[in-house]
Amino acid sequence: MSRRPLVRECPPTTWYFRQPRYLRYMSREITSIFIGAYCVLLVVGLQRLAAGPAAWEGFLTALKSPASIVFQFLCLVAAVYHAATWFNATQKAMPIQIGEDFVPGNLISGAHYAAWAVLSLVVLFLAGVF
Amino acid sequence: MAKSHKPVVWFPFAAGGTVIAFCIPVIILLTFLAALGHVPPGLSYEKLHAFAASGIGKLVLFGVIALSAWSSAHRLRCTCYDFGLRADTLVATVLYVAAIVGSIAAALFLMRI
Repeated sequence: MSRRPLVRECPPTTWYFRQPRYLRYMSREITSIFIGAYCVLLVVGLQRLAAGPAAWEGFLTALKSPASIVFQFLCLVAAVYHAATWFNATQKAMPIQIGEDFVPGNLISGAHYAAWAVLSLVVLFLAGVF
Repeated sequence: MAKSHKPVVWFPFAAGGTVIAFCIPVIILLTFLAALGHVPPGLSYEKLHAFAASGIGKLVLFGVIALSAWSSAHRLRCTCYDFGLRADTLVATVLYVAAIVGSIAAALFLMRI
């Protein structure tokens, strides 16, 4: 007697269209493409900074090209989406128990959002944006 | 007990995810402002060079770049697999090598500043 185990069909390249939650998972995953590409931009920027004032000015000018503006806008959206989903996940990833009770999940995520806002404002202030 | 190399991959991944969430959006915002023509004073050559020349500045820049690069390399590896690219060993090798090369390059450039 041959054994025929149930094999559920799973299209390897289109499976995530089956469920909205799979799509949300994938949309979060693809933000890593933009973060990775932006890391390349940061390393190039460091190289230009090390090469001297003229090279750095050239880098700043290159940043102003339309392609660069579109690219950075997409990266910004991806990074904010990554951050929001990451902070939303913290309450599931590291629940805090005090005595018998768990600290409310929204408090944990909210604390992360607050810390994010403060850190971002401090960085913007130190960079002289305002 | 079987030894696993996974913690080595996982720790920088988790640390990188946190660094990306907290630091990368505001960094992109700074360069985006520069791209729109409002170069923040902190991105002028003198200010940024002075920051990158300090010990703490080197540490911050290297930490942010290396951890973000490693974390996104690890996530890209999973993304490739999810999109149906099943040559995992090849993908993992290419992406991790890229992250390591990027981190070393960042360190070398920082040492030159």
